[in-house]
Amino acid sequence: MIRPNSLPRLMHAASDRPLTLALHEAAFASSTSVTSLLDELEASGLTGRGGAGFPTALKARLIREQRGHNKFMVVNAMEGEPASHKDQTLLSANPHLVLDGAEYLASMIGANNIAVCVARDNPSVVNHVGRAIHERTRRSLRGPKLELHTPPWRYVAGEESALVHWLDDNESLPQYRPNRPHILKIGHGPALVDNAETCANVGLIGRYGAQWYRSLGTAATPGSTLVSVTGAVDHPTVVEVELGTPLRSILATAGADLDPQAVLLGGYGGSWLGASHLDVAYDNESLKPVGVSTGAGVIVVLPRSACGIVETQRIVHWMANESARQCGPCAFGLPALAEDLSHIAHQSRDPKAAHVRLVERCAVIEGRGACRHPDGVIRLVRSALEVFTDDFSNHVRGSFCNGTRATRHFATVPSLEREEELVWE
Amino acid sequence: MGVRRRSGSFVLRVNPILCDGFGHCAELAPELVQTDEWGYPILRSEPVPLTDAGAYESARYAERGCPRQALHIHRISEKKPH
Ligand SMILES: Cc1cc2nc3c(=O)[nH]c(=O)nc-3n(C[C@H](O)[C@H](O)[C@H](O)COP(=O)(O)O)c2cc1C
Ligand code: SF4
Ligand code: SF4
Repeated sequence: MIRPNSLPRLMHAASDRPLTLALHEAAFASSTSVTSLLDELEASGLTGRGGAGFPTALKARLIREQRGHNKFMVVNAMEGEPASHKDQTLLSANPHLVLDGAEYLASMIGANNIAVCVARDNPSVVNHVGRAIHERTRRSLRGPKLELHTPPWRYVAGEESALVHWLDDNESLPQYRPNRPHILKIGHGPALVDNAETCANVGLIGRYGAQWYRSLGTAATPGSTLVSVTGAVDHPTVVEVELGTPLRSILATAGADLDPQAVLLGGYGGSWLGASHLDVAYDNESLKPVGVSTGAGVIVVLPRSACGIVETQRIVHWMANESARQCGPCAFGLPALAEDLSHIAHQSRDPKAAHVRLVERCAVIEGRGACRHPDGVIRLVRSALEVFTDDFSNHVRGSFCNGTRATRHFATVPSLEREEELVWE
Repeated sequence: MGVRRRSGSFVLRVNPILCDGFGHCAELAPELVQTDEWGYPILRSEPVPLTDAGAYESARYAERGCPRQALHIHRISEKKPH
C-alpha cells in the first residue's frame, strides 16, 4: 500500500529494471476493493496525460455506451514528442501498472482487446512491454486479449486517429473527423485511446480508490504526474510531481537552471512561458490564465544565453517535416512558417516582411488541418511572438543577437537527415 | 413537393485530406470560399441562414462541382432562444 499523501506513486518501487508481475503485485498490494470502477474513475477527477487533458471517465463512458462486440482499449505509448521521455521511463519501471490500468479501462468499456502501442524505434521499451505482456498472458487465459503493437515512430503517429488507422491495417495517418465527439473504430469495434501514463493512473485508482487518489494534487486537478525536463538541466530527467507544485520547485527538483529566460511547456505543440511566471502552480487550472497547459508533461528550460527565435525556428522546421502532408494548409503552411522564422532568426532577406507574413500565415493556417498538428505549431509560434517580443523586434531591426551565435541548442530535434525517407506503414 | 421550410443555417466544410487545392470551389461559390496563397480553400466560418437562397445555391454548386468530393454542406438547426 502506498500512503495517501506520499510520492512517488506512478514511479513507486521503481528501479533500473522493470518490476516483474510478482514484485509489482507485492509493491502495489491493496486491501481496498473498488466496486464500480467507472464511478470511482469519475470521482477521481483524472484527466488525460497525452496532451489534451480531457476527463478520462467521460471518454470511457462514451465508448461504454457504444454498441459493438469487438471494442478496443488502446494504450498510447507512442511518445511522439522528442522532449518527452515519461512514457518510456514509466514502462521501463512499472509496465504492469500501465497494463493494470488498461485492463480496468477495458472492463469499464467492455473491450475484449487491449492494444498496447509502442514505437518500434524504441527496442528496449518494446522488450519490456513484450515481456510484461507475456508474464500476464501466461498466467491467465481469461480476460481481454492483450497485444503489443509497434507502429513506426513519427510525431503524428501518436495522434489518436492515426494510431487507430494504423491498428486497422493502414498507414499511420490522421483522419478527417468533421463531427465531434468522433468514435474511432478498429474494424467495426469502437476504440478508446488513452495515454500510457493515464492508464497507470487508472491502475492506481482501481487499486486504491478515488479518495486516496485525491489526497495529492488540487481539487480541480487531482493526483500526481510525470514531467520530462530537458534543456538547461544537469541531465535530462523525468520527475513525478504533485499537480499544483510551483513550476520553480519542479525545476529545482530536476536540477535545472533556476534563472532561465523562458520554459517551453507541454511539448513542441505547446507554448513558451516567460520567466516572470515561474511561481505559477503546475496544473491546468492555474496555467490556463497564463495561456499554457501541462500538455504532454514536457518542460524545456531555455537559458538566458540562448535565442528563443532560433530555438523556435528549429522546432517548427522539424514539425513541418513531420507533417503527414495530407492537407494543403499543413503541408505548405508549416514549411512557410519555418522559412519566415528562419529569415527572422538569421536576419536574412527582409526579416521585417517575414515577421508580418508569419503573423498573417498563422491566422490563415489555423484550424484547417484534418488533425491538430498545425494548430500546435501555431500555438508555439504565437507564444514565441509574445514571450520573445523584444528579441523579435531586435532581430527585425537588424540588431546583434548573441544567442544566434550559440552552438548549443536546448530544444533538441531528432536528426533531419532522414527527411526524405519517412515511413508510415 | 410541398414548400420546404428553411429554418436554421449552414456552413460549407472541406475535408482537407481529399482537397487537391485547385480552387474550383472559389469560382463556384465566391461568396463562401476564398483561397490561400497555395490555392487551398478558406471557407467562410460564420453560419449562413438557409433563407439566403443565393448562398445556399452556390454552396450546392460547389459541393457538386468539387472534383474530389471534398466539400459538404453542414446544416445547423435553429436553436430557440428559450
Ligand atoms: C499531432 C499529435 C500527436 C500526438 N501524439 C501523441 C503521442 O505520441 N502520445 C499520446 O499519448 N498522445 C498523443 N497525442 C494525443 C492523442 O491524440 C490523444 O489525445 C491521447 O492519446 C489521448 O489520451 P489521454 O486522454 O490519456 O491523454 C497526439 C495528438 C496530436 C494532435
Ligand atoms: S493536418 Fe497535417 S499532420 Fe494532420 S492530417 Fe493534415 S497533413 Fe497530416
Ligand atoms: S473544388 Fe474541391 S478539391 Fe478543388 S479546391 Fe475546392 S474543395 Fe479542394
